[in-house]
Amino acid sequence: MSAVPVNRSYEPAAPGAIGDLAAGEEAAVAADLRHSTRRRRIWTWAARIGTLVIIMGGWQLLTSAKIVDPFFWGQPSGIVKQLGNWAQHGTQYGSIWEQIWVTFKEAVLGFVFGVAAGIIAGVLLGMFQFLADVASPYIKVANAIPRIALGSLFTVALGLGTPSKVALAAVLVFFVVFFNAFQGVREVDQNLLANARVLGASKLAIIRHVVVPSALTWIIASLHVAFGMAIIGAIVGEFLGAQKGLGLVIASSQNNFNPNGVFAAILIIAVLALTAEALIGLLERRLLSWRPRSQANAAAA
Amino acid sequence: MASTFAKRSRTGRGVRERSGAAQAARIELSGVTKRFATPSGSLFTAVRDVDMTIEPGKFCAVVGPSGCGKSTTLTMVSGLDRPSAGTVSVGGKPVDGITAGTSFMFQSDALLPWKTVLDNVALGPVFRGAPKKEAQAQAREWVRRVHLAGFENHHPHQLSGGMRKRVSLAAALINEPSILLMDEPFGALDVQTKAMMSNELLGLWEQTRPSVIFVTHDLEEAIALADQVVVMTVGPGTVKAVYDIDLPRPRGAVQEIRFDPRFLELHHHIWESLREEVERAYARTAKPASANGGRS
Repeated sequence: MSAVPVNRSYEPAAPGAIGDLAAGEEAAVAADLRHSTRRRRIWTWAARIGTLVIIMGGWQLLTSAKIVDPFFWGQPSGIVKQLGNWAQHGTQYGSIWEQIWVTFKEAVLGFVFGVAAGIIAGVLLGMFQFLADVASPYIKVANAIPRIALGSLFTVALGLGTPSKVALAAVLVFFVVFFNAFQGVREVDQNLLANARVLGASKLAIIRHVVVPSALTWIIASLHVAFGMAIIGAIVGEFLGAQKGLGLVIASSQNNFNPNGVFAAILIIAVLALTAEALIGLLERRLLSWRPRSQANAAAA
Repeated sequence: MASTFAKRSRTGRGVRERSGAAQAARIELSGVTKRFATPSGSLFTAVRDVDMTIEPGKFCAVVGPSGCGKSTTLTMVSGLDRPSAGTVSVGGKPVDGITAGTSFMFQSDALLPWKTVLDNVALGPVFRGAPKKEAQAQAREWVRRVHLAGFENHHPHQLSGGMRKRVSLAAALINEPSILLMDEPFGALDVQTKAMMSNELLGLWEQTRPSVIFVTHDLEEAIALADQVVVMTVGPGTVKAVYDIDLPRPRGAVQEIRFDPRFLELHHHIWESLREEVERAYARTAKPASANGGRS
């Protein structure tokens, strides 16, 4: 051991130099960083609000000055008036809250059925190659047809009530979720499957513990798009024939040459969609909490 | 470290009841050939006429050049794949379906990233139908045995490569397998971590004594760990030679046994045999490159 030469040429820097720097300046650097982060956030918000003011103000001014015709393009003040009017006196089909509830219910039901069917079909076809081979041409055809047109069929077959809208929303949601679930199942690490099999897992246990959790990243990514699809399905279903709902309110506003009514309904739908989006975001964070922070952030962005 | 393990094994529960299971774990391959259909439709022979016997409780290392079908041999013993010809039998019975009492350790760790360390280790008992509480209690004990107490609720991505390997090891051993199949399990680790893991593996193996087939590229690792080293030829692989490693057990730290004169003698001897195969494998892959070089 003693024969091994030891290199002693390395001398550390003057002791304390680094420590002194750290004590005083670290706090200053941290404060500086906090300060610049806050300033940046304030500017971002200022710019956002500025953008809104310019668009809305410009719209209001242009229509007031009759450069743009408010009869065709509506007016922000008119939209606010329309919303107030609905809140006070309701629409011609009953209270505005009832219209919102009807559309929301249709969209959520369609979403739930579509997601459930999409996951089940995706996992089954992903797991069993034979099923996938048999079904693949039909799925391609079904994906190629304009599914929104199925709304006409559902309206005739299922009537003017909720079921026809739920069916249309579910069909639109199904394909989005199905393709993601299918792909997710196909991407499962073969090592994980082999390992589970050797450990004695049954087919069902493999699906539950390995396949579904692994595909969940893909499935959840599709839910954001899927809820938008569900709302589109509900609204279009109501266009095609309904007795209640925001889609009906939009259609009747259109027939009455009331662009403010159309915009007001669109605004309400946007609020609905954003609320649902936030809820899905919460679900995502809960279900995928195991993911490394950076990956989760990238998905959220 | 090995001596503390040996001590624990004497007091540890269930060592005797497991030795009964180990009796059934004689692994026998006779005339095993495996062919795969390539995407172009032709046949590719991975292994050819492999004859191999591993006695119960023996540690067998398989070395050979890349692509000689070492991994294929393992998957056939585990029952994940069938031989095209010949028979694989475990405990006298031909392998049909997943071989009971087997655990597999892969080069890339097969941990579920969405489960915690504890839940990953508990998978074995859970898959066998144990109640969750019981499985977790068992898993807790195994997490402790691989020195990861305190990390039960971490997820795999929060651990270092060596720690993940220890989780894999616990997950593989919790079912108290009579056969442990390892496919270059420490291949991706740095040299120091690899040595630590080898020590840990030996310690745990000496407690429960499953039959082991350990596939590796590393001849030193093979000799340090095994009772028997099988050298395979370049692909289609077949058994070239089998060497008995008569180094006494418990062997102690693998880093130190490398300086043992008997170790060096064995290494020299087996390397003579392995080198030919490695050179032949290299010549195959190197040919097109040299032809290219000549042209340009």
